[in-house]
Amino acid sequence: MDVMPAAIRCSNLRKTYDGQVEAVRGLDLEVAVGECFGLLGPNGAGKTTSIEILEGLLEATSGEVEILGRTWKHHRRELQQMLGVSLQETRLSEKLTVRETVALFASFYRRPQPVDTVLETLSLTEKRDAWVGKLSGGQRQRLAVACALVADPQLLFLDEPTTGLDPQSRRQLWEVVRELQHQGRTILLTTHYMDEAERLCDRLAIMDHGRVMISGTPAELIAQVGGHHVLEFSVAPGSASENGGREPVSDAMLRRLPGVQGLHRDDSRVALHVAEPHATIPALLEILQRHGQELAHLSTRQASLEDVFVKLTGRHLRED
Amino acid sequence: MPAVPQPITTENRPRRPVNGRFSSYRQLLLARMKELYREPELIFWIFIFPVLLAGGLGVAFRAHAPSPTAVAIVSGPGAARARALIADDLNLQVSVLPAPVALNDFRFGRVALVVIPGPQGQYTFRLDPARSESQLARLQVNNALQQGAGRRDPISVGDQVASESGSRYIDFLIPGLLGMNLMNSGMWGVGFALVEMRQRKLLKRLVATPMPRSQFLAALATSRLVLMLVEMVLLLGIGVLGFRMQILGSLLTIVVVGAVGAVSFAGLGLLAACRAQKIESVSGLINAVMMPMWVFSGVFFSYQRFPSMLQPLIRGLPLTALNDALRAVILEGASLRSQALRLLILAVWGCGSALLALRWFRWA
Repeated sequence: MDVMPAAIRCSNLRKTYDGQVEAVRGLDLEVAVGECFGLLGPNGAGKTTSIEILEGLLEATSGEVEILGRTWKHHRRELQQMLGVSLQETRLSEKLTVRETVALFASFYRRPQPVDTVLETLSLTEKRDAWVGKLSGGQRQRLAVACALVADPQLLFLDEPTTGLDPQSRRQLWEVVRELQHQGRTILLTTHYMDEAERLCDRLAIMDHGRVMISGTPAELIAQVGGHHVLEFSVAPGSASENGGREPVSDAMLRRLPGVQGLHRDDSRVALHVAEPHATIPALLEILQRHGQELAHLSTRQASLEDVFVKLTGRHLRED
Repeated sequence: MPAVPQPITTENRPRRPVNGRFSSYRQLLLARMKELYREPELIFWIFIFPVLLAGGLGVAFRAHAPSPTAVAIVSGPGAARARALIADDLNLQVSVLPAPVALNDFRFGRVALVVIPGPQGQYTFRLDPARSESQLARLQVNNALQQGAGRRDPISVGDQVASESGSRYIDFLIPGLLGMNLMNSGMWGVGFALVEMRQRKLLKRLVATPMPRSQFLAALATSRLVLMLVEMVLLLGIGVLGFRMQILGSLLTIVVVGAVGAVSFAGLGLLAACRAQKIESVSGLINAVMMPMWVFSGVFFSYQRFPSMLQPLIRGLPLTALNDALRAVILEGASLRSQALRLLILAVWGCGSALLALRWFRWA
């Protein structure tokens, strides 16, 4: 029986620049056909280098890459016909119109999609005769995706498709990605927005320092943080000194509260990962009162991928 | 058991390619031409600038009657006689000045010759042999003095005046400007355009598609040839219509020479662009390559003025070969075969640099 090959399979991928800088240090990935897979990580994590190796633009220093059951070494021409690529920061010619640009890219493929169909999918029909130089950031990003989609690709690489866009343009692009998924295409996207990955990706891998730190479905990753809820609080400054010499509440005490599965301090703010907030909150209030400390802030929210990242690395994904 | 032929359905029917083999080439050329056409600065530098240059230089150096040569006579005894003898010569403008003033005017080039009368009726000429008008003035003044004093010439001579197109400065200039223009637009149009595309990461994006690289380069070269035709029509047009220049060679021969030149400089542009990451660095490189040729290759004046030692080197430059070939076919009606050596020089430069460029070219 035929085993359907994975859309992307790579093992122990390494890329060293000038024999010194290790951008990718042993990357293992497997993306199934039809999946939307997210590669997450902060700037400089090695996402773009990894994706460019998978796209056949860079050669890996070592390791194996297989795309749709083929290798770049032996099936380059064939693979190029099957892939759609959107790179980071490509500036398309400003003096061509949207339609001319997509038509140009269409001419490179043996069997492209009709240009007008692609423009329709990306909601660019209205802008078809506008010069690229006159487009907004969101429209340019959609045009970049259009140039990838016109190939009628089985596999799409989207490198940070929403970076620098306003919230509305981002949501518009999310719609596009979902539509492409419904069309049965496999998508690999990189992003440093956690909410984006959580909404769009079937599975994802978090990268840092050139390797995958953890991978799985968004729910699996969140479950690994321990607790699906995050309880955040801070105490009023100075309240510890006026408490009649009683010792402040320590991390160890907090960890012993009912339902607490993890703890993370960020300046004066404390984040508790808990299973059931209604069991933890009364106990927390009681212990703070006993130590004479006054609450300045208390909130609960669903745990997010951001929490996963903070727990794994001790820092935030985007420090800006 | 014989195999049952499968019915052809929409599912298993082989999908025929939509695009032919050269669809990339066609679309790339179309896109390139549209981009050029929509770039006003480019239109100026490629088309309007050379026409203005040809027009300006053509007017400045147009043929006109030579102005009379200024000659000074040092005042004193004998000055009045000399003045009377020379005054009839329409080509001389004579003034009598005190010695210091006359010598000063000579030093600053306001007069070409100083005539110093001596006590016994003889005259001394003060002249600068390095200045041709000074030498000429000496001959003219000497003739006027001798003839005025009664010299009879034993042989009778007469002048036949001619000012024919083909030998004027504008005739020399137009083919030179055409050659220079083909060099400029070839180097910039290919070298600068490619580095700009690399800087915009467009080159990288293009090689992530199945676009054949040979078709990309062929489209770039074709766009150069199309522009070459337009540049040629413009410059030769202004020569013929504005300055009544005569084109002796066949148009086909001229176009072939121009095309070889355009492709040769496109090759050099490709070489300049093969590694540069920033448009600033490629601009410097292009100017460094072109600068010597502006000076040495006989665009504005004949390269014969340079020492004979340098001549073989100068003739080996691509722009010299192009200018010489263009002048020969345009002004003298030379055949293509007679220009074989010059075309070979252009081909060697173009192919050599293109081969090196393709070896070193950085796409991603």
